[in-house]
Amino acid sequence: MTTETLMSFGLELGWILLQILAVAVPLLIGVAYLTLAERRVIGFMQLRKGPNVVGPFGLFQPFADALKLMAKETILPAGADKVVFIIAPMLTFVLALVAWAVIPFGEGLVLADINVGILYLFAISSLGVYGIIMAGWASNSKYAFLGALRSAAQMVSYEVSMGLVIINVLLCVGSLNLTAIVEAQRGMWFALPLFPMFIVFFISTLAETNRAPFDLPEGESELVAGYFVEYSSMSFALFFLGEYANMILMSGMTVVLFLGGWLPPLDIYPLNLVPGPIWFILKICLVLFVFLWMRATTPRYRYDQLMRLGWKIFLPFSLIYVVATAGVLLAFDMLPVVAG
Amino acid sequence: MVQSLFFYIFATITCLAGLMVVTARNPVHSVLFLILAFFNAAGLFILLGAEFLAMLLVVVYVGAVAVLFLFVVMMLDINYSELREGFQKYMPLGLGVAALLLAEILLTLFSQAELRSTTTATSDTHNTLELGRVLYTDYIYLFQLAGLILLVAMIGAITLTLRKRPGVRRQVITTQNNRTREESVAVVQVKSGEGVGGNG
Repeated sequence: MTTETLMSFGLELGWILLQILAVAVPLLIGVAYLTLAERRVIGFMQLRKGPNVVGPFGLFQPFADALKLMAKETILPAGADKVVFIIAPMLTFVLALVAWAVIPFGEGLVLADINVGILYLFAISSLGVYGIIMAGWASNSKYAFLGALRSAAQMVSYEVSMGLVIINVLLCVGSLNLTAIVEAQRGMWFALPLFPMFIVFFISTLAETNRAPFDLPEGESELVAGYFVEYSSMSFALFFLGEYANMILMSGMTVVLFLGGWLPPLDIYPLNLVPGPIWFILKICLVLFVFLWMRATTPRYRYDQLMRLGWKIFLPFSLIYVVATAGVLLAFDMLPVVAG
Repeated sequence: MVQSLFFYIFATITCLAGLMVVTARNPVHSVLFLILAFFNAAGLFILLGAEFLAMLLVVVYVGAVAVLFLFVVMMLDINYSELREGFQKYMPLGLGVAALLLAEILLTLFSQAELRSTTTATSDTHNTLELGRVLYTDYIYLFQLAGLILLVAMIGAITLTLRKRPGVRRQVITTQNNRTREESVAVVQVKSGEGVGGNG
């Protein structure tokens, strides 16, 4: 191996690292401001002000919180399985970040334009449950373990209907590539023809990210804080960041699958001047707002109702819809032509 | 060069993780190492250019099967010393299975030339597409049969665990939804110091 090839390899590696940073840093800032937005939005919905003291409109509040968390002591419970206890929050956080590798922000603006993008996303989001189970088990605490069990059962249940919803979209696209999925929505966003699936998917993402009204894993009224009761300081912060990064990721997935990704709502003059990434971020913000809105307005589900909704309503419904979509596409000869 | 580097990384971690699965003291750690091994096997699939199989391995084995595995192992009350005692007893059986698998691998290695000719025939199309084509046309009956076997297994598991206990009061969702405001809420004007009266 010559020094020249080593140089070009180093340059390539550096370029990839730079691209990763260009996605990860704005994402982390987005996470920080999502926590602030959540408190402010819910504050206004409940006729309170929310945090508005640190900086103008409370804009420096996330940084104050981060500083506070970093300054706190990291506590390792005496009976905990130390290694697993430490790995769990890191795993949650890392999984929330690596999924962004395949999300297309604009035309060609994607870190890894792989053939099986949507499967990759589905795989990574199904791994999120490990961080939670590991945390619950390693804490060696009843509350944490109960929270982890609830969460694992819930996430596994809703993943099934999520998978079926994704199949619906794939039937209309004929590709697993995320860029192809967005391009297929140039005429009409999938949220319109597949509207019921859009709703099912959105509710499933709420359950998948353990958000209200499905936030039983951390139901503070019975489990203190669920799987992360025993965590403090930075390890807690990693869980927190991972959870919010996951929320943004799920919104991103909803936007790519149903709301036309980076495409403008209508392909007409003033709207198509706005660059794609801006549309993408605006759509993500819209979905995130609905996430917060749900939290402010809906009461928590009972656990048996949650399971009933997942297995007895969403699963059969999305399964029937897969058959119906395939049937309609076949009957009207609208099946996508796959370039082999 | 980078490819072979990654191959050695994935292969080494897979083997080490596999070794740790059988030697780890704590069964939960064993399952976690098993998951690590799955992951690296998925990495090897990607190096082979079989990205669809790699993702499926992660979704099915890591995302679903191993979660249930972990679930069960965590809930078991395991006595570690008792677990050690069984080691001697099951040793011959384990060695037998290992020898069988080794023989299979060696057989595959030596007949590699014949195998390769059939597996690389589909290199110019996406392997997702090709897999779908093969599964749903050539092997459609076998594929459906596999599905039916899984269905039977699922029904079997449900019938084994389902039990009807008497005296359990379950909520009927339709009755709940059909309740009206009039029959469930009463607005009563209460004079101060007198209470509602009656049993209420």
